[in-house]
Amino acid sequence: MVQELKGLDKEKLQAYWSYNVKLTTIVMVIWFVVTYVCSFFAKELNSFSFIGFPFGYYMAAQGSLAIFVILIFVYAFKMNKADKDYGVEEEEE
Amino acid sequence: MAKKTGSFLDNLGKIYLMYTGAFLLFVVGLGIGEQMGLSNKMIGYMFMFCTIGVYALIGVMSRTAKVSEYYVAGRSVPAFFNGMATGSDWMSAASFISMAGAIYALGYDGLAYVMGWTGGYVLLAVFLGPYLRKFGQYTIPDFLGARFGGHAARTIGIIAAIVASFTYLIAQVTGVGIIMSRFLGLDFQIGVFVGLGGILVCSMLGGMKAVTWTQVAQYIILIFAYLTPVTVMSYKATGVPVSEIMYGQVLQKIDVREKEIIADPKQKEVWDLWKKKADDLSADIKALPGSLDAKKKGLQDKLAALPADATAADKEKIEKDIKALPNDAEDAKEKWTAAKTDAAGRSKPMKPYVEPFARLDMKNMLALTFCLMVGTAGLPHILMRYYTVPSVKEARTSVGWSLFFIFLLYFTAPAYAAFARNEILTTVVGAQFANLPSWIASWGKVGLFKVVDMNGDGIVQFAEMIINTDVIVLATPEIAGLPYVVSGLVAAGGLAAALSTADGLLLTISNALSHDLYYKMINPSASILKRLTVSRILLVVVALISAWVATFRLTIIVELVAWAFSIAAASFFPALVMGIWDKRANKTGALVGMWVGFLSCVIYMVGSRFYGLDIWGIKTISSGLFGIPAGFITIYIVSRLTTPPPQEMQDFVESVRIPKGAGRAAAE
Repeated sequence: MVQELKGLDKEKLQAYWSYNVKLTTIVMVIWFVVTYVCSFFAKELNSFSFIGFPFGYYMAAQGSLAIFVILIFVYAFKMNKADKDYGVEEEEE
Repeated sequence: MAKKTGSFLDNLGKIYLMYTGAFLLFVVGLGIGEQMGLSNKMIGYMFMFCTIGVYALIGVMSRTAKVSEYYVAGRSVPAFFNGMATGSDWMSAASFISMAGAIYALGYDGLAYVMGWTGGYVLLAVFLGPYLRKFGQYTIPDFLGARFGGHAARTIGIIAAIVASFTYLIAQVTGVGIIMSRFLGLDFQIGVFVGLGGILVCSMLGGMKAVTWTQVAQYIILIFAYLTPVTVMSYKATGVPVSEIMYGQVLQKIDVREKEIIADPKQKEVWDLWKKKADDLSADIKALPGSLDAKKKGLQDKLAALPADATAADKEKIEKDIKALPNDAEDAKEKWTAAKTDAAGRSKPMKPYVEPFARLDMKNMLALTFCLMVGTAGLPHILMRYYTVPSVKEARTSVGWSLFFIFLLYFTAPAYAAFARNEILTTVVGAQFANLPSWIASWGKVGLFKVVDMNGDGIVQFAEMIINTDVIVLATPEIAGLPYVVSGLVAAGGLAAALSTADGLLLTISNALSHDLYYKMINPSASILKRLTVSRILLVVVALISAWVATFRLTIIVELVAWAFSIAAASFFPALVMGIWDKRANKTGALVGMWVGFLSCVIYMVGSRFYGLDIWGIKTISSGLFGIPAGFITIYIVSRLTTPPPQEMQDFVESVRIPKGAGRAAAE
C-alpha cells in the first residue's frame, strides 16, 4: 500500500502537503464567509437590491450555491496542477 | 465482456444523449395522445411503468459477477457521469417534492436547507472525497477499519452506516408509495412493492455498476421534470422563461401583497380566532381530566336530547364526534398540546417572506445549516460514490460536477416557492369561497389543501388556508395551466428521485453487512461467488424489511431522517477527517471520539425532543451542533494522551494524502 512513498523526496512531500493545507484554508474561509457571514448580515444586505432580489436573500438562495460550485472546480484544478508540480501525480494507464 | 464495457464507456455521451431524446419524444407523444383523448390514468400508468421498465432494463444489462464492478462499478465512471449519478443519489423525494414547500412556509429561513445541502459538498471536496478515492477500497467502514486498526472501528462504522441509511431508506420507500398511490390510485402497500421491484431488479443483478448507470438515467428524468413546470410558469407570469432570474420581481410583488394582507382587518379577525382557539385548548389542557369528561358528557347529552324524528345522519355525526375524542387524559394532553401549538403558530400575523430570521431565530438557522452541511459530507452512500471514479484527479472534479447537477435543482426550488406564494397570495387569498381556482378542489380531495371560512365572511383569508406544503411542487403544473402530461412528468421525476436514492442506500446497507460484516469479519475466506450471493440475498432482505416498516406509515420517520444527518455528522465525519488530516490520531482516540460524538448527539436529540432539555435554545434538528465538535475534540485529546500510531500507519496516512499509486488500487 505504501510503496509509492519510496523514492519520493520527503521535503517535496512536505511542501506539497503544506500547499494543500494553504489552499484548503483559503477554500474554507471563502465557504465560511459566503455561508455564515452573509447570513449573519442578511438583514443589512437585504437593503441592497441585486437583479431585482434583496441581496441577502439572493446570497442565501443562489449566490452562495454558485460560489460553492466554482470553489470546488477551482480547488480541483489547482490541486490537479499541484500534483504534477510536486511530482506526486498518479501514473497514466 | 471487457471489450463491450469499453465501447459502452467510450460512447456514454452519445448513449445518454439518445436516451434523453427518446425520453423527450415519449413525453411529447403522450402529450399528443392526451389531446387525442388518452385518459389521465392511462398517462400516469405509461409514465410509471415505462420509466421503471427502463431502470430495470439498465439493471439487467449491467448485471455482473465481478466484485469490483458490483461494489464500485469497476472504478470506471468518468467524473461528469459520476456527478450526475451522485446528484440523483443525493436528491431524494424530500428534495424533489418537499424542499420548495419548506421554503414557501419558512421564507428566508427555509434557505438553510438550500445552503446546507449544497455547502456540504465543499467539505466533501477538500476534506474527504479525493483521499477516500486514493485509499480505494469498497466501503466507508473499510477506511475506518484500515486506518484505526481492526474490527472495533469497523463495527462502529457499520452501525452508524446502517442507522443513518435505514431511516433514510424508509422515507424513500414511503415516498415511492405516496407517489404511486396519488398518481395511479394504487393502494399504498401495492405501490410500495411495485416500486421496490424496480429497485431490486436494478441493484441486485448489477450492484453499484447497475445503480450508477440507472442513477444517471434517473437524473435526466428528474431534472427535466423539475424544471419544466416552473419555467412555463415563469414565462406566463413574467414573459421570460428563466424562473431562477425572474423570481426576483415576484419577490417584490409578494412583499407588496403581504403588506396589504397584514393591514387588512379581516385577516386580523382570523388570526384572533386562531389565538382564541389556542387559548381554549390550553384552558382545556389545564382542566384535564375534568375537561375531557365534560366534553364527553356534553356530547352524550346532546345525543340523548336528539328529538325522536332526528335523522340517522345527525345521530351518526354526534357518535363520530364522541369517537374522535381522545381515549384518556394522557392521550388528550398529547393531542390537544399538538393542536394548541398548531393553532398558536397560525395565530401569529404574517411576517415578510424575505425577512431573515422571522420564523427560525438566527442561531437556529445557522446551526441547522451547519449540521446539514457536515451531515451531507458524512453520509456513507454519498461518500461511497467517490470510490467509483478512475482516479484521484477525477474524484476532485467529480465533486464539482456533483454539486453542479444538484445546484440546477436547488437554485430552482426557491423560484418554485416564490411563484407559488405569489399565486396563492393573489388568486386564493381574497377570493370568494364560491369561486376558488379548480386546482384547490383537486388537491383538496387528497387532503393537501384545505380552506375553511372561519369568520364566515365568504372570502378566503390567509390564515384560513391549511396547506400541506408538498402541494407547492405537485400543483404547479395545474396552477400554470399545463396539460396533465406535465403532472405525469412531475410524478415520474419524483419517483426517479425517490428510487435513485433508495438504490444507493440499499446498496450501502447491504454492502456494510455483506462486505464489512460477513467477508471482513466473519468469513474472510469466502469465495467471490459466495460473497456476491450473500450480498444479493441481503439486498432483498433489507429491501423487504424496509418496505414492511414503511407500510406502518410512522409519522416519526420524517423526523428521524433529519436526525440521520446529525448522527452521520457527529459520528462519521470527525473520525474520517481526523483519520486523513491528523497523523497523530490513533485507534483509541477514534473509538472514543466516535462514541462521544454519537452519544452527545443522540442524548441531546432525545433529551430536547422528549424531556425538555434545552441548551442555548438549540432545536432538536440541530443536535449535531454539539456532537460534531465533541467528536473532533475527543479524538484530538484522547489520541495525544495515548501512544502514537505505529510508523506503518503514519506512512499509510502519508500515502493516502498523495494521488500517486491510485491506479494500482483500481487494478486490484
